[in-house]
Amino acid sequence: MRHGVARFVTGFLALPVALYLFYVVWPFAQAAGYSLTDWGGYSDRQEFVGLDNYVRLLSDELIRKAFWHNVFFLVTVPLFTIALALFLAFLLNVGGREDRAGVRGVFGSGLYKVIFFFPQVLSLVVVAVMWQQIYRSDSQGLINGVLMKIGLVDPDNPIAFTADPEPFLGVPAVLWWLLLIAVWSGAGFYMVLFSAAMQSIPRDIYEAALLDGAGPFHTFFRITLPLLRDTVSVAWVYLGFIALDMYALVFVMTPSQGGPNHASEIFASVLNFTAFQKGQFGYACAMGVALAIFTILLAALQLRITRRERIEF
Amino acid sequence: MSVTPENAADLSRRSLLRRAAAAGLLVTPAAGLLSACAGSEPSKSDEAGGTKSKDNPFGIKDGSAVKVVIFNGGLGDQWAKEDKAVFNAKHPNVTVNMSSTQKIKTEEQPKMATQPSDLIMNSGADIMDISTLVNEGAIEPLDDLLTAPAWDGEGTVADTLLPGTVADGTFQGKFFVVNVAFTVWGNWYNGALFAKEGWEPPKTFDEFFALAPKIKAKGIAPYVHDAVHGYYPRWALMATIWKSAGKQAVVDIDNLKENAWKADGILPALQAWEKLVKDKLLLPGNLNHTQSQQAWLDGRAAFIQVGTWLKNEMAATIPPGFEMKLSDYWGLGATDKAPKDVFAGAGEGLVVPSKAPNKAAAKELIRAILSKSGSAKFAELTKSLASTKGSGDGVQDSALATANELMKNAPKDLIKTKFWDFYADLDKESQNLSEELMAGRLTAQGFVDKMQAAADKIAKDPSVKKQTRDA
Repeated sequence: MRHGVARFVTGFLALPVALYLFYVVWPFAQAAGYSLTDWGGYSDRQEFVGLDNYVRLLSDELIRKAFWHNVFFLVTVPLFTIALALFLAFLLNVGGREDRAGVRGVFGSGLYKVIFFFPQVLSLVVVAVMWQQIYRSDSQGLINGVLMKIGLVDPDNPIAFTADPEPFLGVPAVLWWLLLIAVWSGAGFYMVLFSAAMQSIPRDIYEAALLDGAGPFHTFFRITLPLLRDTVSVAWVYLGFIALDMYALVFVMTPSQGGPNHASEIFASVLNFTAFQKGQFGYACAMGVALAIFTILLAALQLRITRRERIEF
Repeated sequence: MSVTPENAADLSRRSLLRRAAAAGLLVTPAAGLLSACAGSEPSKSDEAGGTKSKDNPFGIKDGSAVKVVIFNGGLGDQWAKEDKAVFNAKHPNVTVNMSSTQKIKTEEQPKMATQPSDLIMNSGADIMDISTLVNEGAIEPLDDLLTAPAWDGEGTVADTLLPGTVADGTFQGKFFVVNVAFTVWGNWYNGALFAKEGWEPPKTFDEFFALAPKIKAKGIAPYVHDAVHGYYPRWALMATIWKSAGKQAVVDIDNLKENAWKADGILPALQAWEKLVKDKLLLPGNLNHTQSQQAWLDGRAAFIQVGTWLKNEMAATIPPGFEMKLSDYWGLGATDKAPKDVFAGAGEGLVVPSKAPNKAAAKELIRAILSKSGSAKFAELTKSLASTKGSGDGVQDSALATANELMKNAPKDLIKTKFWDFYADLDKESQNLSEELMAGRLTAQGFVDKMQAAADKIAKDPSVKKQTRDA
């Protein structure tokens, strides 16, 4: 009988594993294979070129620029998203009236939760198209239109948003505007995630803190945040992946997909250009493999740094 | 491509793939890469068996099917459906499976090495790079199509085409791309508005700069352009360069000749554009193509430069009483070497993949598209000229009429730039720099210097296959 169950379970698992190997792992392996060739992408003619593509990668100016833009997102997207999500989650779950025993959120927190979570329901391309209208750089754009009406923006000199390459704090303005969208669309999900984690923290701990006279500031930094460490760490890794991608936003929002004049170029946009415009699939595969290795290293490093003893409660 | 006899194993593989595709599994890019590995096997061909005749010069087989993908952009896809009817009138037993999309490359590229469609209209922003297709041997030379008899007229197919069409589709000495639309580019204006105000459409930048203050006085921006896709402003910049510096200067640019961008007449042409930006004659804001075109239709700007697909693209939102008229690009005046040359040429290219299973029917379908009845329908439905002679003769439309007029007065030489088809890197760089110049962040001198540097880089790169044009 037990033997029969094992066979049944194995049978069930074999198909998904096979599909996974065939459609996920095998294409990855193929991409690694192609990265050692000069394949053009439209035919079956290809020649083995060894590590040439990787050597070329190291001296590619555009890739270097794209790499630093990715690093910018890698630092800022998780930082701002998690900070905002934590702040919102804290307000909605424990930031309520402090004079009463017990833990509660601010008034109307249920409604806020729905509103903040809403962007998560939209696909990223829908988000991007919506923000195109918000960012539109004439009087018909949402932000420019309002600011022009109240006289804060000169109609002859509207805010250019994603068409603006001028540096702000050393980083092209277009990247900051893209960052705003990424944080806006991501924060709601992590707010819900952190809310769930906060609700699993026993009330006694908060009550004890309250009796000891802790205000919201101390409650947050001494109790909530340390007990959320695992969740934040997972969120950080996950947001890291998103930050390394950013492709949909760059593709839809920026002029010439990575512009103006390469100011918003990221790994994925250079990869796309190299594969599909230049017809150098071999080289593009090398970029993909390099990005994959970088991502895996980063995730490993991140989990290693944040690993520590679990707190049981 | 070799033609293998039908055998059971081959057939089952094909039907298996088809079923998988139906399940939606093959559309993932990963699976596309995956199926590419099977590309070395010769695919089955439906070509064998048809008898060749004057009415059927490629010998297409009765009962076969042909898969066609049409780019559904500014020209729509209704014209293609009409051509399908033209085709089926002669070949009722050949099934034409026609679909249309805006995502040509995304959908077709993964299939190119194994199971491509038979006929692809390679066009739009998501276009498969032509020089890569040619270099990779991924598309079929169509020289036999040119020598085939015309569908419903005298002579060969080549005889029915407008000048420039064969040259536009020829790469490395062979004819690969059948461009079906004949596009004329220039500066568009509202004829009704200009008549009311008594304005004359300018022929040179000086005339434009003289008119601009009058336009501004009416609260209208003199000029608007697409500031998101760099190839839009680039057409205008290259047209002025050609008019000012002459044809040879642009031929030298395309051929990566040393210091080609430093030739006489190029810098002044770009300086005219620099002045247009500096003098704040542009509508503020970074609009894309449809936004800028709508701003122009809404009367917020007087001039916009774009090709003859404009009318069809904006058909739904043209205000009543608006009279779309096309005027030639502006030159610099007395110093111009080719002031009367018009920017026009064949575009919207049809290609037949080398691995297409039914190439005969694909070619026959092109013959139908290039027929007299097909191209007349094309002009009528798209408000754009077809690349066959006389396609626009029966059409009453002010936009098309002014385009026709422009073509009638045009000299033999048409403005034509090739470097952006030849080299993807130079294409990208020139688009970016055109945007920068029009955004006022780059001077004319800076544009020339940076383009020269980019061209030199391509010229020195041994990994880039060089191409040249003679004329």
